[in-house]
Amino acid sequence: MTTRVGVIQFPGTNCELDVIHAMTQLGADASILWHGDPTVNGVDTVIVPGGFAHGDYLRTGAIARFSPVMQAVADFAASGGPVVGICNGFQILCEAGLLPGALQKNAGLKFLCEPAEIRVETSRSVLTNGAQVGQVLRVPINHFEGNYICDASTLAELQAEDRVVFRYVRNPNGALDDIAGVCNAARNVVGLMPHPERASDRLLGSQDGNVLLGSVLSACAKVS
Amino acid sequence: MADSLHVQLGMTDDEFEAVVAELGREPTHLELAMYSVMWSEHCSYKSSKPHLKRFPTDAPWVMVGPGEGAGVIDVGRDLAVAIRIESHNHPSAVEPYQGAATGVGGIIRDVFSMGARPIALMDPLRFGNLDDPRTRYIFEGVVSGISGYGNAVGVPTVGGEVVFDDCYRDNPLVNVFCLGLLNHDELQLAVAGAPGNLAVLLGSGTGRDGIGGASVLASAGFAEGSLDKRPSVQVGDPFEEKRLIEACLELYRRKLVVGVQDLGAAGLSCAASETAAKGGAGMDVDVARIVRREPKMTPVELLTSESQERMLAIVTPEQLDDVLEVAARWEVRASVVGLVTDTERFRVYDGRFDALGIPGKNPARPHGDNAEVLSSDSAPIADVPIGSLGDGPVYYRPLAVPDDLAERQADDPRGVLATKFADGVDLSAELLTLLATPTIADKTWVSRQYDHQLFLNTVVGPGSDAAVLRLKGTTKALAISTDGKARFCALDPRVGGALVVLEAARNVACAGAVPKALVNCLNFGNPEHPEIMWQFSEVVDGMSEACAALDLPVVGGNVSFYNESRGANIDPTPTVGVVGLIDDLKVIPPAAALRDGDAVLVLGATAPELGGSEWASVLHGLHAGVPPIADLEAAGRLLPFVAELANSGAVAGIHDVSDGGLAVAIAEMAIAGDVGVVIDLAGVPISEACSQAEILFSETSNRVVCSVSQLDVEVLLAAAVAAEIPAAVVGIAGGAEVSFGACANVGLVEATDVWRYAIERSLRR
Amino acid sequence: MTGMPSYEAHIDISHLPGVADPAGSTVERALPALGYDNVSGLKIARSIKLVLECASEAEAKRQVTEMCERILANPVIENYAVSVTELARP
Repeated sequence: MTTRVGVIQFPGTNCELDVIHAMTQLGADASILWHGDPTVNGVDTVIVPGGFAHGDYLRTGAIARFSPVMQAVADFAASGGPVVGICNGFQILCEAGLLPGALQKNAGLKFLCEPAEIRVETSRSVLTNGAQVGQVLRVPINHFEGNYICDASTLAELQAEDRVVFRYVRNPNGALDDIAGVCNAARNVVGLMPHPERASDRLLGSQDGNVLLGSVLSACAKVS
Repeated sequence: MADSLHVQLGMTDDEFEAVVAELGREPTHLELAMYSVMWSEHCSYKSSKPHLKRFPTDAPWVMVGPGEGAGVIDVGRDLAVAIRIESHNHPSAVEPYQGAATGVGGIIRDVFSMGARPIALMDPLRFGNLDDPRTRYIFEGVVSGISGYGNAVGVPTVGGEVVFDDCYRDNPLVNVFCLGLLNHDELQLAVAGAPGNLAVLLGSGTGRDGIGGASVLASAGFAEGSLDKRPSVQVGDPFEEKRLIEACLELYRRKLVVGVQDLGAAGLSCAASETAAKGGAGMDVDVARIVRREPKMTPVELLTSESQERMLAIVTPEQLDDVLEVAARWEVRASVVGLVTDTERFRVYDGRFDALGIPGKNPARPHGDNAEVLSSDSAPIADVPIGSLGDGPVYYRPLAVPDDLAERQADDPRGVLATKFADGVDLSAELLTLLATPTIADKTWVSRQYDHQLFLNTVVGPGSDAAVLRLKGTTKALAISTDGKARFCALDPRVGGALVVLEAARNVACAGAVPKALVNCLNFGNPEHPEIMWQFSEVVDGMSEACAALDLPVVGGNVSFYNESRGANIDPTPTVGVVGLIDDLKVIPPAAALRDGDAVLVLGATAPELGGSEWASVLHGLHAGVPPIADLEAAGRLLPFVAELANSGAVAGIHDVSDGGLAVAIAEMAIAGDVGVVIDLAGVPISEACSQAEILFSETSNRVVCSVSQLDVEVLLAAAVAAEIPAAVVGIAGGAEVSFGACANVGLVEATDVWRYAIERSLRR
Repeated sequence: MTGMPSYEAHIDISHLPGVADPAGSTVERALPALGYDNVSGLKIARSIKLVLECASEAEAKRQVTEMCERILANPVIENYAVSVTELARP
């Protein structure tokens, strides 16, 4: 059966159509979940895409976490459903407490849109089950606040539990321990700053993102 | 005695008399304020209109030409592309971040007012010399503003250009280009339809920002004490605009609007009157219905405010509830502020709509605003023939050839440079200096601050000759280039105008595309100087000739006059945006890069043309001579040949020759390909005798460099001969040096370093 | 309008000790070039001002603190300080 992918749209979100396009190319049935609806509509996986939800005003993700859909996402995640936050989506999941840590302004104090190389650090997550540990993927970044930070005990926990999902090969933004993505303890919620959907077609210069988006679809097959 | 009101508002006595004649009485303050903004240079094009008519604007694929929010062309498969370019020079000089940000916001509204989803931005920018601290501040502010607004509003900035020249020190140029995509049946026009239709103001509340902006900031010289103008600078809110885009696109999709227009210069006065005037209707506006951001705003302020992120939608009464529902879902403010009438008059009231039972009600006033609305049966506070606002004066301003032009043109820099750089002199240092010139150097410091990938269309992004966007769901792609070359225009505006068109078309061809449409942004000095008007007229002629020769319609444009500061005018700076079409995009087009082991092939012959070149002007301070010849017939042969080459996979790399000449073009390709190159200058095709330095640095038009597999060289040369294009192999890619034989020889590592980090180094000073 | 007294709250939101403040460090590094080579410890904070109607000053302070915990500050990286003053009735 075709996997149903729900992509959340907040006012200010701008990568929702891109994620839908990339997921559709991989054979999924992807559609929008409106932030104001308190449901995930029975989808198999939820993607919180990039953009500037609520203008990123106050702090990135700070207002979005209170949207009605987010309680449904929390329930879905608690029941083991695969949830992926990309860029602004990662920031929102951190604000919502579904992932540890926070994302601060880049160390260089400039917005960065450029290719990045990230190393897969664990294949035990819904986003990397189809990837090899140590595999280097070329996936673009596009953010002002991608500088990951958490307290020392959280970092120790992430490291001990193999929950750092990606590290940058060359740290572009000052992120703690070169972290580009992390997952929750149950490994079904993953957030990352790079945009896998932007590396989904040979005409875009890289298809490495499909390894990750494809992993999410396989994870759905396993859950159901 | 204090100046009378019309003078304070920037109107001449003659213009005031024309208003009195039109109305048959003295205008009210509000009426005068509306005429003054609508008849300002910025809104009325009163000085440029007679000239702009000379642009060729027709082609079978043009769906909407100049005069609407944006030009629209058919690109096949039921798809159309809307394009527009505009300047935001004066606001950016006063407050770089907000000036640039609101420029981006404005151009995006122009494009989505046509029914298109904005999918790409490009910004031609001009600044002074980076040695100057204020220039560095303006440069960083403008780039941050474009990044801050464009990224957050969700429209990728896929390219543009940045040029540094002393003439822009006090008057930077911030031109913004936007492209949108729509289906044919989604096209929207600014029309009002039948009497009884309602005008709904969507978006931000109306504040005092930008009061008199159109007339004050963009229609007069830029004198000392510009800080005083700060209160009229608008502040942009990309989040508001993003919601406005989505709400409007949903309204179009559901066919809920009759017409739509963005609010730009002259605010509601312009949007409401133009919309109704086009259909021969009338419009009543009730200022009590306008959502206010500040207490105690006057009708003059409400009608002329240039608050950002506002649109005016014309809807039928039956559509209103659905329209309000869509607006509410996107958290966009919406209020019925106008009623379409059959009076052919533009009338403004304060507090009449409630009594008339027009749907909606007066919005709450801001805290502290307890001003009474006028009684409902009151006479209008403005009542003018609706067409007269948009039918301002036209000036046939005098033209004069600058006195010193002939002398400057005769002073060819070739003589001085030939003495200094005779054959045999080592030119390596000259080449390295050129590569480190900020105008030529790598602009990644700029472009990486811009989201250039959103929407997954960007096949080729910033830093190439042209950006290439695929059209998903088809095999088609668009190539877009923005260009300008003011130094050529300063030496000969007619030739310079043509050269700008040729360069943009060539850039688009290098991406494999056929040029289809052009928009221009004409940045000039004070039109009250006959020399400036002559420059303007000549540039229009030169561009028109080139566009006609290339079958390239001008589908829109913008004129920015009064780019002068402390008595000095900028060089005439027309910039253009050209869109080309690739019918069948199979692979990523060849980059401007060399491939190890390839033959380096030059198309087009070189002439000793140094006038206005980067080498003569920037390195040696020689601002004289004549620009290169604009050979339109040669361009007509070269462009289709190049487009076919780039598109067919016959070449591995391809690059237009422009700033810095052949030496810089080849060095840039070596840097991008991370491979050295050995060139033999004797092999370069020439049309007349050149010194070695002239071959390296001349900026002759109609030239392209290719990186070609040695196996394919013979076929390619034969094809060039058949197409009557001079062509020759000039060297081989390989090694660790960029070598032009004995005359210039630099290490690839050093060339890469000076080119790549020049801008960052300039900023760290 | 509730008829209850109005209070103006000032909230200062700053980085938790130990959390990097790149904007602050950058400004601090820029100052010596202007002749201020005696500056250290520069931090950039956000300031929020709001007016609320409440039964008492203590209640106003309680509500604003709750707002900070829930939305205005991010406790993972930020500290906040709240001060509340009663506004004179108009």
